Amino acid sequence: MTSTDQQIFLSVRDLKVHFSTEDGIVKAVDGLSFDLAKGKTLGIVGESGSGKSVTNLSILGLHDPARTTIDGEILLDGKDLLTATERELERLRGNKMSMIFQDALASLSPYHTIGTQIGETYRKHTGASKKEARARAIEMLRRVGIPQPDVRVDDYPHQFSGGMRQRAMIAMALVCDPELLIADEPTTALDVTVQAQIMDLLKDLQQEFGTAIIFITHDLGVIADIADDVLVMYGGRCVERGTKQEVLRTPQHPYTLGLMTSMPSLEGSVDVPLNPIPGSPPSLLNPPSGCRFHPRCTFTEKVADGLCSTERPLLDVVDGRGSACHLSLEQREEFFAEFAASRHN
Amino acid sequence: MPRFLVRRVLGALVILLIISAVTFWLFYAVPRDPATMSCGKNCTPDMLAQIRHNLGIDHPIPVQYWEWLKGVFVGRDYAGFGHCNAPCLGYSFANRQPVLGTILDRLPLTLSLAFGSAVVFLVFGIGTGMMAAVKQGKWQDKVASSASLVASSMQIYFVGYLAMYLLVAKLDILDNPSYTPLTDDPVGWASGLMLPWLVLSLIWTANYTRMTRSQLVETLSEDYVRTARAKGLSRRNVFFRFAWRGAMGPIVTIFGIDLATLIGGAIITESVFSLQGVGRLALSSVDKSDLPMLLGVTVLSAGAIVFFNIIVDAVYALIDPRIRLA
Repeated sequence: MTSTDQQIFLSVRDLKVHFSTEDGIVKAVDGLSFDLAKGKTLGIVGESGSGKSVTNLSILGLHDPARTTIDGEILLDGKDLLTATERELERLRGNKMSMIFQDALASLSPYHTIGTQIGETYRKHTGASKKEARARAIEMLRRVGIPQPDVRVDDYPHQFSGGMRQRAMIAMALVCDPELLIADEPTTALDVTVQAQIMDLLKDLQQEFGTAIIFITHDLGVIADIADDVLVMYGGRCVERGTKQEVLRTPQHPYTLGLMTSMPSLEGSVDVPLNPIPGSPPSLLNPPSGCRFHPRCTFTEKVADGLCSTERPLLDVVDGRGSACHLSLEQREEFFAEFAASRHN
Repeated sequence: MPRFLVRRVLGALVILLIISAVTFWLFYAVPRDPATMSCGKNCTPDMLAQIRHNLGIDHPIPVQYWEWLKGVFVGRDYAGFGHCNAPCLGYSFANRQPVLGTILDRLPLTLSLAFGSAVVFLVFGIGTGMMAAVKQGKWQDKVASSASLVASSMQIYFVGYLAMYLLVAKLDILDNPSYTPLTDDPVGWASGLMLPWLVLSLIWTANYTRMTRSQLVETLSEDYVRTARAKGLSRRNVFFRFAWRGAMGPIVTIFGIDLATLIGGAIITESVFSLQGVGRLALSSVDKSDLPMLLGVTVLSAGAIVFFNIIVDAVYALIDPRIRLA
């Protein structure tokens, strides 16, 4: 991406994650590639079921091996995670790479105190004593801004408020100073104030430790706030990528454009109806032929020979910037401008 | 915790009062007269009245119940027997033996049967269930699941006689079922009860296998189990400290009820293996219209259920910190 001058820390190449279900094979991720450097944040955007979370669970190796086939390559600091043994992965998880999950209430164990849950990650990877782990847990809680951390460390998750639980979850993920942090919609369930606090916290921590962050969200506002680079996923594939400025200012894919025009604007009149993307996310069991977005795309008929429904558009990436669409860039510039104008009057 | 115990014990007493009163009333709702039964062939109305008086059933039902309650809490005087100290459960209509003594006589066998088979079905049931859940969808799971389905559809009087014929009479692997008190001869105690334990626990093992498996399959897919794996904890650690912890609650609940039921007597098992336990005592007291004995056994079984319910609730609070005892 734009950070080619920096050392690449995480490299995903042609990742394919397929689940076998009773109804057939679900292609949850179908050929995804990206790179991430230290100290940088990659925002992954997409609807539910676009393969965002699956991608990240397979980086950690948390998929069900009995039902999942994974192809491709995931290199973390040069080490291929897909060929790593369970033992090796256990040593990396929570240590070198860790994850913040979406629903902190469900993701924290109801049976153990916050302190135990933070401390056991630390003990596992550093061999610290119980006492040291507890001290570390208190320190982490203080760092994520939990008041009275030396008291709250003995609380159970149900005694925490939603925002505090998410902070505790972050403290847990950061306890071993991971070099890669995957945040799977960490702020979706929270109110806006808490959301802003948590984003600031992540940015501070990244500055302090140079952590590489993958930030999964469907909220473009959050992306604008935190990401350096953006990857837009649709139906298990990457449809557009680039820097935050490139993707948000001049989107190249009709899906990205749709996402952006579907956002309500604070400046406009309240009476303006929302502009959702028509249709619903594709079935990954029976994905649409050609371009997976074509059944919902406004511009399908502008492409000659019905190419959209027959041929998969390739994602050609130059200098970290690219998109997968059959329209030429000039056509898109023209049509997108028309589209935007029609939506804003 | 103390408040919880006081509240629950008081509640338990109320429940036992209600159960004994209902049993009393139900007993007289059945058109069978215990006096006629013990009077025999050449019965005169005078003899009948005398027997009624001796049994204490010539009073109205509420008065009889009051007398019975008095016996339990402060003791009572009997026409033919003298004073009976509290807790007095009365004397059997059938053989004039003290009810409490008879029950205490039968209880060691029933407790041995209950706790012994509980150990067997917990170990094998939970063990097999855990294995099936870990190997979910693989052949081990399929074998365990189908075997437990077959086993839980078995009947004790079928399996019991079959096992007795095969293991005792034909192959002579196990001893003929008998009861020796544990304190007299531990080896004899275990070998005499081995067959009843195994037979009684077969169906329960199957049930606990299925329950453990389904609970674990559910908790293994919980988000917090995934988080534990994402922290780098080993599969073993995640399984026992997270998934099993979550699965335990419902199993403990069912186990409390099951154990209490067993203490009320395993009627079929005791009958099949000719063991003199509380279950057969209950059966014969119904058969003989023996009200004091029936009441005694009923209060014992109900007491066991109420008692284990309190224990289960306390244990549940230990397992799950979200539950507060009040």
